[in-house]
Amino acid sequence: MNGILPLRLERVSFAAGGRTIIDPLDLTLEAGASTVILGANGAGKSVLMRLMHGLLAPSTGRVAWSSEGPRRRQAMVFQRPVMLRRSALANVVYAIDAAGVPVGQQLRLAREALQEVGLAYAAGRPARVLSGGEQQRLALARAWALHPEVLFLDEPTANLDPGATREIEAVIKAFDVAGTKIVMSTHSLGQARRLGDEVIFLHQGRVAERAPIDRFFPQPASPEAAAFVKGELPWA
Amino acid sequence: MLEAILGGLRLVATLDLRLWEIVALSLAVSLSAVALATLLGLPLGAAIAVGRFPGRQAVIVVLNALMGLPPVVVGLFVYLLLSRAGPLGDLGLLFTPPAMVIAQTILILPIIAALARQAVEDAWREYEEQLRSLGVHGLRGALTVLWDIRFSLLTAVLAGLGRASAEVGAVMIVGGNIDGVTRVMTTTIALETSKGDLPLALGLGMVLIAIVLALNAAAQMIRDAAQRRYG
Amino acid sequence: MGLAVAAVIGFITVASTTSTEQSGLFRHLLPMFEKQGGVQVRVVALGTGQALDMGKRGDADVVFVHAKALEEKFVADGFGVKRFEVMYNDFVLVGPKSDPAKVGGTKDTVAALRKIKSAQAPFASRGDKSGTHFAELQLWKMAGIDIAKDKVPWYRDTGSGMGPTLNTAAGMNAYALTDRGTWLSFKNRGDLVISVEGDQRLFNQYGVILVNPAKHPHVKKDMGQAFIDWVVSPEGQAAIAAFKIGGEQLFFPNASR
Repeated sequence: MNGILPLRLERVSFAAGGRTIIDPLDLTLEAGASTVILGANGAGKSVLMRLMHGLLAPSTGRVAWSSEGPRRRQAMVFQRPVMLRRSALANVVYAIDAAGVPVGQQLRLAREALQEVGLAYAAGRPARVLSGGEQQRLALARAWALHPEVLFLDEPTANLDPGATREIEAVIKAFDVAGTKIVMSTHSLGQARRLGDEVIFLHQGRVAERAPIDRFFPQPASPEAAAFVKGELPWA
Repeated sequence: MLEAILGGLRLVATLDLRLWEIVALSLAVSLSAVALATLLGLPLGAAIAVGRFPGRQAVIVVLNALMGLPPVVVGLFVYLLLSRAGPLGDLGLLFTPPAMVIAQTILILPIIAALARQAVEDAWREYEEQLRSLGVHGLRGALTVLWDIRFSLLTAVLAGLGRASAEVGAVMIVGGNIDGVTRVMTTTIALETSKGDLPLALGLGMVLIAIVLALNAAAQMIRDAAQRRYG
Repeated sequence: MGLAVAAVIGFITVASTTSTEQSGLFRHLLPMFEKQGGVQVRVVALGTGQALDMGKRGDADVVFVHAKALEEKFVADGFGVKRFEVMYNDFVLVGPKSDPAKVGGTKDTVAALRKIKSAQAPFASRGDKSGTHFAELQLWKMAGIDIAKDKVPWYRDTGSGMGPTLNTAAGMNAYALTDRGTWLSFKNRGDLVISVEGDQRLFNQYGVILVNPAKHPHVKKDMGQAFIDWVVSPEGQAAIAAFKIGGEQLFFPNASR
């Protein structure tokens, strides 16, 4: 089975409501390094994530994975987790079932995923009564249950308190170590430093800079990234 | 007026087997119609909510408008269908309870479908992205959302039940108000009123309202319990 | 009906009028027929015009109404097999106790109507093309009054059945023509009493007709004919005569021997 990476974006742009949100760009994501997409609010991070994941169709160009497989090989976790009115376990099973896994294996995979994120104790609880941090961990379990090659995370801790944020980051780190390619957007410099191996800095719909993490911090090469890191660019 | 009400209650309390047969038939007809209309209307509403096709806005407008179908018009339409002189006459369904169920189902189907469409469309905004991310598309996604919001759909179902149990025009025309066969609460009330027996009509009216109230109260309790359990 | 008759072998649909049903005659009569033959009779009660219409469409097996001219046309046009006379009841003219047109106690309906017109006393009519309405229009014609032409404010066309029309008359303190059966069971009389009765011209003849199986093959002709045969038989006729409200007989059997 061939991997789905590298992912190639060729001349991809996105416009909506008369505005260009992503200018035509070329981008290649390889396996291995975890990629952090950094940028101010409105820079286009969320749109870029959705283009890569396939939730949005590009206005021009194409998004090409290296191969297509019968099972889902990439998954996404959103800023706000959306859970069904069922138990935590049932939510994970739902995602596994949607991917076409035979019924006999579904429960086992689901329980393993919950175990992995430390939510085994909450398996029988209604998902919607869990705390924000627990629901986000559940979203991670749901995304990871099928062992995707690529995991997209769109500002996964933006709505969480520091304690919950630490828990989520720990889980993401564990996935990274286990071999899943992490592609995560954030506007937190600290989080980028903690979790990323390389940084793609997005500014007003363009890739202003792309560098390994220790070259980007402490000093980014591009002026926009430098301004952002210094805290002078809270929004694009 | 008070005398009439008290008189009515007294009559109803002492009334015989015939009254309870009428109540049982009313419930059987209306609940059957609600069950059928729910089975057909919920998926229909969900499909329209989630689907994207040419003329979608027109379909929604027409569906909403059909909520106001006059019962007597539906009754007339079904009568013409089921009459021996009509296309489905050979089925011999006219003046039977199944004909009444058919008429009421047609009457309340738009209500349940239109309200379901609105509810699913509102919820779809919340669920769509996540479901598509999981590879769940189209009708399957619509049905997932439909099931997830099932307790708030109870309102749509109760609206249908209210309309069905309150109407008299459709069941009168297609049922014929036959003593012991197709006589239901609303047609009995109409009959007793036209005979000038107002206390009895009032008494029956109160029984009808009490039953519908009880059903609504039960539905509310179910909804509250579900809210606490599932969040 | 809910108390099961032994061995019900089938049912027939009889189209009749609301006034006949509301008198309670069928509830008294039908169980007797059902018990002896096992045939359930389902009565759909409408206005005379609608009942005959039901027969024309084939939605009924038998029609049982009281509008001789219309019934004879029904048979002549081939919709019915044969008309049998069954019984008659009578109409009465009811009015307010205060009797503004001074018609009380007379036997002459036609003269009474003329007095009502000159006094311009309120009059409630069914106006629904029923047998009763038909009879009422005939009486106005006999009085030489073209009631349709002068759209007079004292004449109210309710366009509804006997009960609702009486409700209106009671509410308005108006005169009205009604069949005795409906009047006897009517409970909302207000200040109304019987003003005119006993006039030959107020007699209302009932006929029963089998819907023609030649036109509608599905008609249950054997069971329908059995019902007709019973209703005109001495047994059926006696049952009709035995039906009383408050000790008063409503229908007078007159099937030809």
